[in-house]
Amino acid sequence: MLKSFKIGGVHPPENKYTAGCAIQVLPTPDKVIIPLSQHIGAPATAIVQKGDKVKAGQVIATAGGFVSANVHSSVSGTVLDVAPVKDAAGLLKPAITIQVEGEEWADEVVKTTKNIDEFEKEEIIKAISDAGIVGMGGATFPTHVKLSPPPGSKAEYLIINGVECEPYLTADHRLMLEKTNEIIAGIKLVMKAIGVNKAIIGIENNKPDAIAKMQAATTTTMGIDVCPLKVRYPQGGEKQLIKATIGRSVPSGALPIAVGAVVQNIGTIYAVYEAVMLRKPLVERVVTVTGESLKNPGNFLCKVGTPISKLIEAAGGLPEDTGKVIGGGPMMGRTMINIDSPVMKGTSGVLILPESKSARGEMHPCIKCAKCVSACPMGLEPYLLATITEMTGDLERLEKEKIMDCIECGCCMYTCPANRPLLDYIRLGKGRTGAMIRNRSQKK
Amino acid sequence: MNILLITIISLCAIGVLSAIILFLVAKKFKVEEDPRIDTVCELLPGANCGGCGFPGCRGLAEAAVKADTLDGIMCPVGGATVMEQIAAALGREVVAQAPKVAVVRCNGSCSNRPRTSKFDGARSCAIMASVYGGETDCSYGCLGCGDCVSACQFGAIAMNPETGLPVVDDEKCVACGACVKACPKMVIELRNKGPKNRRLYVSCINKDKGGIARKACSAACIGCSKCVKECAFDAIKVENNVAYIDFNKCKLCRKCAAVCPTGAIKLVNLAPLPPTPPAPKAAPAQPAEKPAAN
Repeated sequence: MLKSFKIGGVHPPENKYTAGCAIQVLPTPDKVIIPLSQHIGAPATAIVQKGDKVKAGQVIATAGGFVSANVHSSVSGTVLDVAPVKDAAGLLKPAITIQVEGEEWADEVVKTTKNIDEFEKEEIIKAISDAGIVGMGGATFPTHVKLSPPPGSKAEYLIINGVECEPYLTADHRLMLEKTNEIIAGIKLVMKAIGVNKAIIGIENNKPDAIAKMQAATTTTMGIDVCPLKVRYPQGGEKQLIKATIGRSVPSGALPIAVGAVVQNIGTIYAVYEAVMLRKPLVERVVTVTGESLKNPGNFLCKVGTPISKLIEAAGGLPEDTGKVIGGGPMMGRTMINIDSPVMKGTSGVLILPESKSARGEMHPCIKCAKCVSACPMGLEPYLLATITEMTGDLERLEKEKIMDCIECGCCMYTCPANRPLLDYIRLGKGRTGAMIRNRSQKK
Repeated sequence: MNILLITIISLCAIGVLSAIILFLVAKKFKVEEDPRIDTVCELLPGANCGGCGFPGCRGLAEAAVKADTLDGIMCPVGGATVMEQIAAALGREVVAQAPKVAVVRCNGSCSNRPRTSKFDGARSCAIMASVYGGETDCSYGCLGCGDCVSACQFGAIAMNPETGLPVVDDEKCVACGACVKACPKMVIELRNKGPKNRRLYVSCINKDKGGIARKACSAACIGCSKCVKECAFDAIKVENNVAYIDFNKCKLCRKCAAVCPTGAIKLVNLAPLPPTPPAPKAAPAQPAEKPAAN
């Protein structure tokens, strides 16, 4: 019996077309756009100006607060502009545009001669912070903050998220196959940084090759286990993964550290390896470009700041029947209306869905079938949350109904036979309730 | 028979006793309140819309009684008449305030602003705004889902199906500001109603540079500053590529509207100026709108 989280969840068609496609390196584009806010928290502050020469790996914007991350140039060249650029949603966001010239790396990007065991805890966290690493599964929470648990809490387990439960996406899968040893080294570094001697790699059972490869690589290492998991969305949700691997439930409103767990994504772990061992900041990532009608779907290693349109070009161009271009997976990703927007640290995939698959079904009234309640992995009542938001907007009631626990996985909307836009309303209600709670705590 | 008597007597006794207790408690814990608050409260319309900025009509009444002057206190629903009555009841001066009305600062009708994408989520401006910039290339303008319509308690806003934009009914609008709060794009503004309901305003808040704004919407303000040069009263400012007319300084001369190359300045109940004969260059484009109720 495979391990899994206990309540809710759905099993959408997996559609992992690119699982067998080796990671290809995408040629550096002529121009990159590097947004200043690629992470949750305060945007970074630009430290370069128009006309400045920059090298790849050079810091071009420094963290704008504690929960924030440095931003580095992914290419060498000249800064064309430090000005707002339209993002994937068509909204202006501050960014640095760089014209690519040559391929020169900053001097500090050199392979270290040190062994993994020789690193001190603080040294690792400092390297991660300097490299501007954020959670690369999509949440983009600055990693150095996550690795510095608040005083009084103690991590017991490091859980590695190799689940990749989103349909279509295969970036983490390919990383596990192609960079196995680097990932193991990264895990050791993170274990050292948070002072734990137990790490569990959670991998969904639809990636048997990755499970076998990771198991083979960890047989000789103490303390790192591979845990095959049932294929069930959202197995890769932080709280679901903790429940599945170590059987602990994170209480409502608490962080994983409350049950002694720290969860890191495979992509993040690989970035940690590069940051510590190669002194290379987070300037490139693997992006899955996929979709039914795409000619050459694949996994591409591309520079942060590469326009999405270049990726689509490399994958065979935008098909004619395109309905939606989605940043991320089909369940949690967001539709992009501007494909000239750049790849960011959190862009795990670009999914191109044909019109026939992407359009939402016709909405009907709720028939109170409670399928959404059964599907919710957080044990909430999605229909109720959506109705309260839509009808009364009673935020205190929403708070009581634990709307802040919603992980926005989209299971409710996926399962709804009446095609209710449940998550649309829940996100709205969650945003407003969150604002109310922040206001209240500020007043106190 | 006996039981009946006992029941009646005992129930009466309980009733009298409770009445005495209630009376004593009410006496003991009586909250001293200015009786004028009730008087003012009765004068107010009782819509409890919150448009005055106080928590409901009683909130305004309390504030009005407490404050020394009625300056800054205004019931948008009742308007000047109600404020006069309140002033008389409290023996204070009436502070005249120009009546206001909500205006929709977007000209992005279906013909002016082509749709470039289709939003298939829940029809709510708040939700659409949280997802992306909107169905057109203009990420500032009206989203057209009608959050303002549902926010209005007075039935003063309706969507025009032809333009896809909300229309405010001057007669019904009480300037409570509910629509201003409901609009996630801050398209709606409360402006002075103007003499005889005549007013003009820049019907665009697009902060993009001229070319980009114009490409997204043919009636966008492109921040060209022609209106600023034309204005003799220093009422117009261009900030972030968009012009804004200060309604306190504007004298309704309409010269700005005559020179606006995109017709972004909207005239309400005002006829456009006739084309100026001694124009040095080609005659500027005339705004297409007819004077209509907003």
